[in-house]
Amino acid sequence: MSHFLVKKTADFLDQIFAVVQVKLKNFIQLVGEMILFGFGSLRLLFTQPYRYSEILKQMEFVGNQSMGIIALTSTFTGLALSFQVYLGFKLVNAVNLVGPTVALGITRELGPVLTGLIVAARAGGAMAARLGTMRVNEQMDALDVMGVNTKQYLIAPRIIAAIICMPLLTALFDFMAMFGCWFLCIKIVGLDQAIFFEKISQTVEITHINEGLFKSAIFGLLFAVICTFKGFYTTGGAKGVGEATNRGVVISMVSIIIIDYFLMNIIRMYYLVSGAGRGF
Amino acid sequence: MARTFKGENAIELADVKKSFDNGKDFILKGIDLKIPCGSLTAIIGFSGTGKSVMLKHILGLYKPSSGRVEILGQDLSTLNDNDLTKFRCNYGVLFQSAALFDDMTVLENVCFPLEEHRRHLRKEQVTQIAFDKLKMVGLDPKHYEKLPSQISGGMQKRTGLARALALDPEILIYDEPTTGLDPILTEMVDNLILETHKLNQGTTSVMVSHDLSAAFRIADFIVMLDAGRVLLSGMAQDFFKSDIELVKRFVDKGMKH
Repeated sequence: MSHFLVKKTADFLDQIFAVVQVKLKNFIQLVGEMILFGFGSLRLLFTQPYRYSEILKQMEFVGNQSMGIIALTSTFTGLALSFQVYLGFKLVNAVNLVGPTVALGITRELGPVLTGLIVAARAGGAMAARLGTMRVNEQMDALDVMGVNTKQYLIAPRIIAAIICMPLLTALFDFMAMFGCWFLCIKIVGLDQAIFFEKISQTVEITHINEGLFKSAIFGLLFAVICTFKGFYTTGGAKGVGEATNRGVVISMVSIIIIDYFLMNIIRMYYLVSGAGRGF
Repeated sequence: MARTFKGENAIELADVKKSFDNGKDFILKGIDLKIPCGSLTAIIGFSGTGKSVMLKHILGLYKPSSGRVEILGQDLSTLNDNDLTKFRCNYGVLFQSAALFDDMTVLENVCFPLEEHRRHLRKEQVTQIAFDKLKMVGLDPKHYEKLPSQISGGMQKRTGLARALALDPEILIYDEPTTGLDPILTEMVDNLILETHKLNQGTTSVMVSHDLSAAFRIADFIVMLDAGRVLLSGMAQDFFKSDIELVKRFVDKGMKH
């Protein structure tokens, strides 16, 4: 009986490992394909014909058209976060540290991550849907047979536009969130303005802002590659377009949050080695 | 426009086989086909016989598992991706859905291939050529600034054809141009293909279709595929005289519609 149970358990574990092995292999293969797709497309930016107008068009779409939503969400993020920090710090008589705490949190973490999530949902989703529709409507085949390199014309401008626009949008997010923080601290709860700015300038360095901007460029690369990849290889008509968009956005968002953790650690290590960012 | 290719056959397929599952199942089982320069050839056959797969081989979108595809004397297997992309300027394709770029106007759609491949032309010259092509396919100028979604299916086909003609291609391909259209629109598209072929002397036209009566009416060379092979190729009368059971059935059914 016990021998039978051991065999059953071993078979069950074998099955689980087999499934995990296949899933892991598929995952690694998918990541590899995406990396080749992304960098293969970006390489085409440096071959003729140069697609400046397409890049500008995509920058207008990813950057310009996202400014309103970023400004709105960042202001309220700044207000809400500052209020929560204020309530906590009030308990330990440290309300003068609300400004620097929020500033560090916004510039290093919330700014790039929230901007990445918002832009991935707005622009990344639209990229996947647009490319998916072009694929199922034969528009991509039309480009192919017209002798137009589809990756150079459709993919590379979108990826580079996302890489360029994300730090700019994150800077806007940082600025508007700090405006929200200032408004709450100075205009609503009545903290001293001079101390507020003094503490921020003592704590926050340009390295911390750059850290967030660097991360946001990586997030831009990440969501643009994932969403264009999903859109580019769409199959199965309108249903396929919906699935590609959904998967593109979901994978992008999850990836941004996961990659953020690893990037944070890499940057911490860099700080420790170089002594930049005061080591924190 | 003067043709640059002086050979006898514009398209040659020699023992082309294609499998998508490493040789377990072949979609094309050894296609041998020669399409003469300047002809209007119809490729017919039941659904799932490999017409679209064969067309994609001709366009260089698929590579054969074995065999050779030669277009205008050029073996496609010897071209790298970059050269193949450039080589495709020799084709003009009218897709089943017309495949117009939905964010561009009718005029912009026709200008697009010219802007991509005739970069030495000035904007006015590009527009003039596009106007000429749209006029050739009989599209009223009042529709030129409209988006594809704002014009009818027939007008979309005309625009798609004007775009396919923009670069004066050596080979013009019609991928099931009348599938899903009503009989009047079908006749209009068939006549448009015939007129375009007459107006572009020397262009090799290939039409993939289910519509047998149209194939007999407008094509001067017909190829019938079955189960990944060429079942019969020749003139219309060869099909009427054929003793092959499947050809007889196809002709009977096709002519009744």
